[in-house]
Amino acid sequence: MKKALSLLLVGAMTLSLAACGSNSDDSAATDSTTAEESTTTEASDSEGSGEAVFRIGGIGPTTGSAAVYGTAVERGAQIAVDEINAAGGINGYQIEFNFQDDENDAERSVNAYNTLKDWGMQILMGTVTSTPCVAVVENTHEDNMFQITPSGTAVECIQYPNAYRMCFSDPNQGTESAKYIGENGLASTVAVIYDSSDVYSTGIYEAFAEEAANQGIEIVNVAAFTADNNTDFSVQVQQARDAGAELLFMPFYYTEASLVLAECNSQGYEPIFFGCDGMDGILAVENFDTALAEDLMYLAPFVATSEDEQVQSFVTAYQEAYDEVPNQFAADAYDSIYVIKAALEGAGATPDMSVSDLCDAMTAAMADVTYSGVTGKDITWGEDGEPNKAPLVLQIKDGVAVEL
Amino acid sequence: MIGFISYLVNGISLGSVYAIIALGYTMVYGIAKMLNFAHGDVIMVGAFVVFSTVSGMGLPPVIGILISVAVCTVLGVVIERVAYKPLRHASKLAVLITAIGVSYFLQNMALLIYGANTKSFTSVVTVPPITLADGALVISGETIVTVIACIIIMIGLMAFMKYSKSGRAMLAVSEDSGAAQLMGVNVNSTIALTFAIGSALAAIAGVLLCSSYPSLTPYTGSMPGIKAFVAAVFGGIGSIPGAFIGGILLGVIEILGRAYISSQLSDAIVFAVLIIVLLVKPTGILGKQIQEKV
Repeated sequence: MKKALSLLLVGAMTLSLAACGSNSDDSAATDSTTAEESTTTEASDSEGSGEAVFRIGGIGPTTGSAAVYGTAVERGAQIAVDEINAAGGINGYQIEFNFQDDENDAERSVNAYNTLKDWGMQILMGTVTSTPCVAVVENTHEDNMFQITPSGTAVECIQYPNAYRMCFSDPNQGTESAKYIGENGLASTVAVIYDSSDVYSTGIYEAFAEEAANQGIEIVNVAAFTADNNTDFSVQVQQARDAGAELLFMPFYYTEASLVLAECNSQGYEPIFFGCDGMDGILAVENFDTALAEDLMYLAPFVATSEDEQVQSFVTAYQEAYDEVPNQFAADAYDSIYVIKAALEGAGATPDMSVSDLCDAMTAAMADVTYSGVTGKDITWGEDGEPNKAPLVLQIKDGVAVEL
Repeated sequence: MIGFISYLVNGISLGSVYAIIALGYTMVYGIAKMLNFAHGDVIMVGAFVVFSTVSGMGLPPVIGILISVAVCTVLGVVIERVAYKPLRHASKLAVLITAIGVSYFLQNMALLIYGANTKSFTSVVTVPPITLADGALVISGETIVTVIACIIIMIGLMAFMKYSKSGRAMLAVSEDSGAAQLMGVNVNSTIALTFAIGSALAAIAGVLLCSSYPSLTPYTGSMPGIKAFVAAVFGGIGSIPGAFIGGILLGVIEILGRAYISSQLSDAIVFAVLIIVLLVKPTGILGKQIQEKV
């Protein structure tokens, strides 16, 4: 019996390990259309015999469970690269862009970084997700390579002077959310549900809690969940309801949010729902009843329905190329490439400079860059690499996200 | 107090889903003496079939569920025939690893067909919720249906085991497959029937699971599958009422632990209880008293 029992336990452990690993080797199916490699419009410039191009690398998950983000970044960046090349390049030099898959895995991300270095990468636009980004930034720091992450939100993603960020950081989103709720008097009692196994969610929650105190918002209940426990939200929702919270703050991704919204509906609990940029995409969940998300508010850097001219031209180009509406990741990537362009132009850089010289020149130039793009207007960067931009608050009305 | 009752109801609802899945585990273990780790993924397949037929093709839910049960039954029999039958006399470890392989295969097939994006599952349950105590206690239609389905399935299975010819053949095979064969029981077809019933239950479990928690990905079945396996061990693997009790207890402990101790530690609490039960009673709650193994 003992033998059988130990076999059972071995089995259970093996399977739980298997379950952990299973996220990393899934669908190559989602990105079959993105296989087009870097558009290599060779530089027409005479000097350097075909070598005179800026080589920009990109890293992000194009397979695996986070494939949605990496694929969007690859596509958004490609659109910017094509536009810039068609308009004559940067300082007269064309760009070559090469995007590598990291499956949202830190180790694979570093491997991808090395592959790109062998290819001759001079500037890194990446990585897309936080955990790999924290690992890769150690390498770019060591090599002194200019890096801008379109969407890595963890604070440590840009802890070195060579690294910049296009999106909001986690704490930034928490603070801005609390400010928005406080300043607009949305609610005085708030309940929070967050994912304690995720740096993104935890980072936002902590900053939110800190700022909420300043805003006179009372947090009446805090409940957490973990990645292994993200289907049953009955307890968390009930606790929020029993605590009488007027607003439910949900700093996590839309996958779980759709479940929380369904649970609130079945318990007949109707607070104000407020989320962060992880909510972006909730309307695109297949078969999702958008009525559940009605009136949901969330912070986002980008809205595809905006009437802004730059946004419209980007959305049109993206739709023509990929037959879908770009999400914020695509928009962040698109802007990241243009910020690289602005920094290169500010520095008057040429492709024959070494990686380290390029980085020094670009970081010096970044102090003076003021960029207006699809994810914000008049964005400037501090020495810490964080962007200064105003967040957009969106609300879902009749199944469409509109700007507030 | 209302809060406690509400948590209890949620726990029983979650536990009923675990119990239905655990019944499948325990049947197969009791008769074929193997752990079918692909069971959780058959649940996922069942849910995807209903998703495709009901939400995709617009068929009525009842038809969708019937198709799903049929597909899973066939799938279970095919898995048994292709992956497990050739290993009938191999070591237990080989069968275990094969089962994990089948589990991966099903997940990756689903990924290829449906992609990694989460799908929202439309509940097939149309029973209205019961609202008690001025809206403080809401019992959803899904909960009612799940609990009733679980009880019906358990009673049905026990009756099947006791009174039908095939059921008694299953009992005989589980007691001693060699002797059963000598007595004229067709062991292979009995085991195939076990897999067919287990997989049909998995289809129903998948529908009920996704109706209560309406999100569907290729990994939907893996965590509930592991929890249900724990429930089966908890209740005494091989025992039908054991799987039922284990499942319900596990769900209640999980929800109450989350509500009153820590929302992050609920899994740790569940597994700690499992360890304690196994230390005190290595065969699980009903492992010994019930001689009538499936």
